[in-house]
Amino acid sequence: MSVSTNTRVGWASVTPAVLWTLVFFAVPFMAMAVASLYPKGGDGLSLANYTQFFANPAYWRALTNSLEVTAIVTVVSVLLAYPFAWILAFVVPERWQRLALMLAVLPFWTSYVVRSYSWLLVLAEKGVINTTLVNAGLLAEPVQLANTRGAAVIGFVHFFVMLLTLTIYANLKQLSPNYAKAAADLGASPFQSFIHVILPLTLPGIMVGAFLTFVLAIGDYITPQILGGNNELLMPQLIMMQIGRRGDFASASALSIILMAVVTVAYLACAKWLKIERA
Amino acid sequence: MRALSTLYAALLYGFIFLPVAVLVLFSFQGTLFPIPPFNGPSLRWYDAVLSDARLTSGLFNSILVAVITSAIATLLGFLSAWGFTRFHLPASALLRGLITLPLTVSYLIIGMGLLIFFNWIGLPKSLIAAGIGHVVINLPLCFAIIYSQMGEHQANIERAARDLGAGELQVLTLITAPMLWPALFASFFLSMTFSWDEFVIAFLLTRFDTTLPVEIWNLLRAGLNPKTNAVGALVFGVSIILAIVFELVAFRKRPA
Repeated sequence: MSVSTNTRVGWASVTPAVLWTLVFFAVPFMAMAVASLYPKGGDGLSLANYTQFFANPAYWRALTNSLEVTAIVTVVSVLLAYPFAWILAFVVPERWQRLALMLAVLPFWTSYVVRSYSWLLVLAEKGVINTTLVNAGLLAEPVQLANTRGAAVIGFVHFFVMLLTLTIYANLKQLSPNYAKAAADLGASPFQSFIHVILPLTLPGIMVGAFLTFVLAIGDYITPQILGGNNELLMPQLIMMQIGRRGDFASASALSIILMAVVTVAYLACAKWLKIERA
Repeated sequence: MRALSTLYAALLYGFIFLPVAVLVLFSFQGTLFPIPPFNGPSLRWYDAVLSDARLTSGLFNSILVAVITSAIATLLGFLSAWGFTRFHLPASALLRGLITLPLTVSYLIIGMGLLIFFNWIGLPKSLIAAGIGHVVINLPLCFAIIYSQMGEHQANIERAARDLGAGELQVLTLITAPMLWPALFASFFLSMTFSWDEFVIAFLLTRFDTTLPVEIWNLLRAGLNPKTNAVGALVFGVSIILAIVFELVAFRKRPA
């Protein structure tokens, strides 16, 4: 077969996927970028949608809220998931590990919307926690748990603990047991061996998991909307509000692009850091 | 140390299962609110779900969109993965980067872009519009999975088939696809679960006919409601069955 027909077959096989991505991903993204430059009710090209973001404290607040919540969620999820993954990998007997892991991620399989809703059942004013505490006499009155930042954080942490347990477990299992043995031979206590040997070796994996958590959490609309409510808006809520209530696609586009820029900056910061870790 | 580990694991399992247990328990609630005290078990809310035309049509639409978009995403992912590994194409790295790019962008932003784009070209909100979005989010995933499984020994078998007179189409359908069956299955299956659970793109791009997650979202406006529990528990049950099937099929030990 000649080289030219060969290449033609190659092109024919990659073109559908490339075209699909160009037409339904790249072009829409550019359409969004263009739309963001034509403010609603304005008379033509303008950066007003971007300048208003920095001028309007409510918009700026949405970004700082998002960054705060996402940072808290990422740190808490890693701190909770790491010991859990450790126990699953090293304390649970080998033949039970697969089952233990499957159980640990079982609620992953509920739909995402339903999972947030089920936390509402737990945290509502007459929900499980308040009722239990009031009946036990520990609380005189139900306290507000739902529609708070704390509720959004709990909903997020619930999801990301499962995700991070999976990734950190995989990371721990692929470490050779020889590292810990060598450290012990050289006189390290289990604690020292963990701090100086195991933890640094698993750090790149943790960073990947943490970055994934950051990206997925900061772009999520469902959890903050259902659990956090409208008292305090995060970026995705603000974006959806521009579309839904105000029909302002231009402003929503500008906010989406700002959100994407933030994620890109985080990615660049993270990528750099990861490289240094590996070297 | 061991006692501490057990305690910690028990606490985390408790945290992970608490909301799901509450969800399922109160789906059997006998009265109007899914809050304590529990006074079931009753199946009235499951009855209510199954006789709700909006929910059942949402369920049907979700399955339809998941199956069709996953088939398209798997097919496009397979063809492109094969093309990039078996042929030397100019700008290959750039094009592969383009195909995987949507993985790094949040669903909300992909949905927003499509909403504006479809507005411009005049494509109305519909299941087709949402389906196009689902292929966009799943294609990079399918491509990455299948691309990672394309090995040199398969290329040798393909060459042998060509030497024996097989055309490219025959090589693809009779040799490559069967050899890559586990990767194709994993791609299709993962796409199905992502499409099945996807909310924000379907929310932005559909209007009257919509998918189950959007219908569930509409139910949430009514506040806490055992009917939402029941539909949530049903989705959970179906997903677990699918997960077990996946586990059995994908990780079954095959003869080497």
